[in-house]
Amino acid sequence: MLAGYSTVSSKAKIKGLEKIDRLFNTYANSSLGMIDPEGIEALCSDLGVDYTDVRILMLAWKLKAEKQGYFTQDEWQTGLKALGVDSLSKLKKALSDLEKEVEKPSNYEDFYTYAFRYCLTEEKQKSVDIESICELLNLVLGVQFRPQIDSLIEYLKVQNDYKVINSDQWINFLRFCKEISFPDLENYDATQAWPLILDNYVEWMREKHS
Amino acid sequence: MENKAIGLDKGWDYMQKGITKLKRILEGLPEPPFTSEEYMMLYTTIYNMCTQKPPHDHSQQLYDKYREAFEEYISSTVLPSLREKHDEFMLRELAKRWANHKVMVRWLSRFFHYLDRYFIARRSLPTLNEVGLTCFRDLVYQEVHAKVKDAVITLIDRALLKNVLDIFVEIGMGKMDRYEDDFEADMLQDTGAYYSRKASSWIEEDSCPDYMLKSEECLKKERDRVSHYLHSSSETKLSEKVQNELLVAYANRLLEKEHSGCRPLLRDDKVEDLSRMYRLYCKIPQGLDPVANIFKPHITAEGTALVQQAEDATSNQASSAPGVQEQVLIRRTIELHDKYMAYVTDCFQNHTLFHKALKEAFEVFCNKTVTGNSSAELLATFCDNILKKGGSEKLSDEVIEETLEKVVKLLAYISDKDLFAEFYRKKLPRRLLFDRSANDDHKRSILTKLKQQCGGQFTSKMEGMVTDLTLARENQANYEDYLRSNSAAHPGIDLTVTVLTTGFWPSYKSFDLNLPAEMVKCVEVFKGFYETKTKHRKLTWIYSLGTCHINGKFEQKIIELIVSTYQAAVLLLFNASDRLSYSEIMAHLNLTHDDLLRLLHSLSCAKYKILSKEPNTKTISHGDYFEFNSKFTDKLRRIKVPLPPVDERKKVVEDVDKDRRYAIDAALVRIMKSRKVLGHQQLVSECVEQLSRMFKPDIKAIKKRMEDLITRDYLERDKENQNMFRYLA
Repeated sequence: MLAGYSTVSSKAKIKGLEKIDRLFNTYANSSLGMIDPEGIEALCSDLGVDYTDVRILMLAWKLKAEKQGYFTQDEWQTGLKALGVDSLSKLKKALSDLEKEVEKPSNYEDFYTYAFRYCLTEEKQKSVDIESICELLNLVLGVQFRPQIDSLIEYLKVQNDYKVINSDQWINFLRFCKEISFPDLENYDATQAWPLILDNYVEWMREKHS
Repeated sequence: MENKAIGLDKGWDYMQKGITKLKRILEGLPEPPFTSEEYMMLYTTIYNMCTQKPPHDHSQQLYDKYREAFEEYISSTVLPSLREKHDEFMLRELAKRWANHKVMVRWLSRFFHYLDRYFIARRSLPTLNEVGLTCFRDLVYQEVHAKVKDAVITLIDRALLKNVLDIFVEIGMGKMDRYEDDFEADMLQDTGAYYSRKASSWIEEDSCPDYMLKSEECLKKERDRVSHYLHSSSETKLSEKVQNELLVAYANRLLEKEHSGCRPLLRDDKVEDLSRMYRLYCKIPQGLDPVANIFKPHITAEGTALVQQAEDATSNQASSAPGVQEQVLIRRTIELHDKYMAYVTDCFQNHTLFHKALKEAFEVFCNKTVTGNSSAELLATFCDNILKKGGSEKLSDEVIEETLEKVVKLLAYISDKDLFAEFYRKKLPRRLLFDRSANDDHKRSILTKLKQQCGGQFTSKMEGMVTDLTLARENQANYEDYLRSNSAAHPGIDLTVTVLTTGFWPSYKSFDLNLPAEMVKCVEVFKGFYETKTKHRKLTWIYSLGTCHINGKFEQKIIELIVSTYQAAVLLLFNASDRLSYSEIMAHLNLTHDDLLRLLHSLSCAKYKILSKEPNTKTISHGDYFEFNSKFTDKLRRIKVPLPPVDERKKVVEDVDKDRRYAIDAALVRIMKSRKVLGHQQLVSECVEQLSRMFKPDIKAIKKRMEDLITRDYLERDKENQNMFRYLA
């Protein structure tokens, strides 16, 4: 009796997994055994979402994808199961839910840190170049902190003290947006442990507005 | 001896006779003094009445009667006599009555002494002495003390005053509260009011020095008052009061007086007045702060003015030799320091507050840059000049020592000490290598002083350099022995070689100069010699530091030319050719354009034109031609053709910056390794402190190094607290 029941559910499970796998294979590069950038582009267009949309980044986060531009089968399976989807239409719907999930304070910092790590494409790479950082900032924080991000991006492009940004500086950008009042920057205290780049940014802002 | 008990009345009658006798004596009436027999009888009467068995034990009644005796006398005689007199007379009477009273107490307590021994002790009652004094206090003192105080304050006769005031003290019977409450408080207030009035008029009319003189006199007068008739406990309170009214209340107005206040006194070097100012204000808590606060900016202003003068002078007089004004500045700064240090030690009695003011003032202007040069560099140049052979003035050894001492003192004020070290280290080799006859002792002594000031790390390389030279001399002797024993190896030219240990000396670029053939042989021979002494060492030849003595056979006479090796190489080319172009010389010697320009300039366009240049312009250009100037001559037989040194300033600054980065890294790692977890501000401040001996690190620089250490995984930021850092092993 019991055995029969489990067989049914496991059959159902297997069936669900099959659908996920089949979806995977639609986009995967067969010789690599994983979804490559081309596949992701195709996925995006099917989802009706731009390649550079932040929701794709969120999807990567949900999938815990290790390498930018690639989804492995494991990542795909685990991710889609966590999302509770097994078809394209369900995935499409899940994307908007995903946005809300990411915005939850408990997840947001994790997502934010993930976004940086995702850009570390080379082995042993520790920092990301300024151009990419500006794009990433815009993508990830632009909506929520538009004025700060615009101004910060402007500064990052004109300054030449730093050519790359490391993870410590990255995480402090978020802190900065969350904690420091804008645009007066009144509660910013350079004697605290803020990264030097933000000290310089604040100085630059203050000079601009004086 | 009577066996019967003595009745109270009878006994008391007997005592009364004695008391009356005493009173008469006190009143000055003719009365023979007590005989010892009479005394004994009185004492024994009391003794007996006290030792009788009850109910004849009359101790209590006797005790009471003792007191009554005083009360009766005071009410009947003493008080009336005081009441009828006033002022000074009253005081005089009071003094007399008090003296009398004390005598009375003394005598009567002797008669009644037995009571003290047993009765009083048993019942814990006030002693006879206390009772006696209390009577006077309660009956006399209570009534008259206010009048007395008024009389005292207006009185002049000191001796009388002292006596009267002693009453106040003694009445307190061990405590000072009678004196303090009934007399002193009012006296102080009165005094205060008096001086307040005086002060308000003096401050308007008098200059600061005069006011201070008057204040000093007043304080002295008050001290005299105390010693003459006031109780010594009043001294501090009185001085405080006077100081308060005269000095504290008007401190600002006094010190800030426009033409005679503290600033003008400093300006006009009024040493005595300033000493007085110090004496007056040093006793007042924080009294010296305003003075120090004027002292410091005064020095800073003078120092900054000197700096400004130097700047202006250099920009105005383009003709004066470069660096002269800066050297004058250093000299003047030293003089300024001496002057104000003298003030601190003499006028201001070496008080720490003034030492601090001096230090801070000097730190401000000593760290200003003058004509683009940091003061660290100027100081290093100054040192260099003094130590050079002869120097700019011929100074005696003691003067040199003293001046070096002062220079090292100034160094304490400069925050970029490591910059000074680098510049000094750059100049030192030149002195060591080219000015052999300069005094070694001085070199060693300044190094010792620098070591004391800044630590061994600072001077270890420089000491190494000096040691190298000593070794080099030995080495040279050995080389000469070697040549004597291998005469075939002799290159035909006298060669002196100084071997330098790489780590100590600044790094020198060494070009592969194409040496003239004669010199090549020298180098080979020395190399051979050196290999006999030590294997596994590589010699790199720094031709840029060498010197050559060449005989120039000019038409008029032979002149010995002292030139650098490079210059010699150029000149020797003309042994083979009469005329050479710039590019030919360049090809022969394999030097850079910069170096060659400098060389040729020194030989053809400077003071001594050993080579003649075509075209005969003031500067060298790539198309020029050069010839041996056979017509050259000079009145001396031996001349030195100087080669201006390259400006190394930029390199020095770069090197120092690089060293600083390493130093900051090392300090940060050291601190974090021992603390494991530390807050940002603390880390920064500890780092600054550790490095303060050498330089003042920029906070931004520290932050940058911290970021670098985070990237290199030495540190990490704490997850919970953004301001905390953790050491990663």
